[in-house]
Amino acid sequence: MGGSQAITPSIRLGNAAIQRGGRLVLRDFTLVAERGEIVWIRGANGSGKSTLFRALAGLLPLAAGTRAVEGRIALTDDNSALDSEATLENSLRFWTRLDGASNTDLERALVSLDLVPLAELPVRLLSAGQRKRGSLARMIASGADIWLLDEPYNGLDQANVARLDDVLARHASSGGLALVASHIAPTVNVTRSIQLDMRARKAEA
Amino acid sequence: MSGFLSLIRRDIRLAWTGGGLWLPIIFYLAVATLYPFVVGPDRLLLARTGGGMLWIAALLASLLPIERLILPDREAGVLDQLALRGWSDEWLASAKIAGHIAAFGLPLLIATPIALVLMGVPDAKMATLFWGLALALPALAGLGVTIAALTAGLNGAAALGGLLLVPLAIPLLIFGAGTLGENPGNALQLLGATSLAMTALSPFAAGAALRAGRD
Repeated sequence: MGGSQAITPSIRLGNAAIQRGGRLVLRDFTLVAERGEIVWIRGANGSGKSTLFRALAGLLPLAAGTRAVEGRIALTDDNSALDSEATLENSLRFWTRLDGASNTDLERALVSLDLVPLAELPVRLLSAGQRKRGSLARMIASGADIWLLDEPYNGLDQANVARLDDVLARHASSGGLALVASHIAPTVNVTRSIQLDMRARKAEA
Repeated sequence: MSGFLSLIRRDIRLAWTGGGLWLPIIFYLAVATLYPFVVGPDRLLLARTGGGMLWIAALLASLLPIERLILPDREAGVLDQLALRGWSDEWLASAKIAGHIAAFGLPLLIATPIALVLMGVPDAKMATLFWGLALALPALAGLGVTIAALTAGLNGAAALGGLLLVPLAIPLLIFGAGTLGENPGNALQLLGATSLAMTALSPFAAGAALRAGRD
């Protein structure tokens, strides 16, 4: 599925401090993830999982520390970024075109999450779980090496959880890298888990 | 570059299907229709004031689409996904402005001949007014996107947008009204220069606002 063979995807944060809205969310946080890994980012609600992902994706500047990324990043979070009036397929095609992905890539992504029957429906008619699968399909089709999944299981039924796990396992085994933030244990076999430290925040409070 | 064009195409499609394209045009034409009723059928008075009124109508019409320019994309995560793909905020703002020129400026310009007739603008001034508006609309679109980026997510964004746009558009209005005088050539040149400067600066202003608004 995943990345080109030329580069070895990896993502590193060294002694990072991350602020959001003027509040220190993570401090002295170090993370190293390499190709082939599925890392579970654990933490309670509000422990900074989404903030960490935004910082990893480069959407949020680090207050301190270093960030090094090798490979292309795709992020799936609560915001589907799909145009509600367009059909699911057209909405996704806008993104696959930007990503330089082919129609075959999109077809394959739609099949892998059982979205083909929904492809012609306008996005506004989709349920939360279906929309989630839509934004996951964008990530799969993008061909990005590093997948950041923020609560990917929210709204998914059991069959689709299994499909997503399958896709994740294939991504990792083909040399990709995935970080899964979830407040509950993912069903996929994770390489390891990282607990977001609450103490840094308590010390500040 | 193809991504740039994709975003412009998408924005035009959204304006077309979401009604954002028609609302300013209908407002603009409604003002042009109502004005002669309000001031009365005095041809001389209409001829003298109609042009200025049309400028104000165009300015106020440009306020209407502001709320749907940036906020829906920010809330849906579209801006994040574009930033993730390496789009700089200035580049993104440029695409938004280009899309807004196409989805707001051009339709307004196409509606202008109708508005000119409804307002009773004398034939001699029609071309000047049309080209004056054509020069000013890119700047109005740039201002619109900048203000949309500045106010996205704030309470009372629509009212605030009006308060911000009107003073910033004063140079355009002054030179625009100047073109209606005896010697339109100089005013058109100044209008063109002002509009060019504003259009060229707006991607940077809007880009900075987009960056500041991301959290």
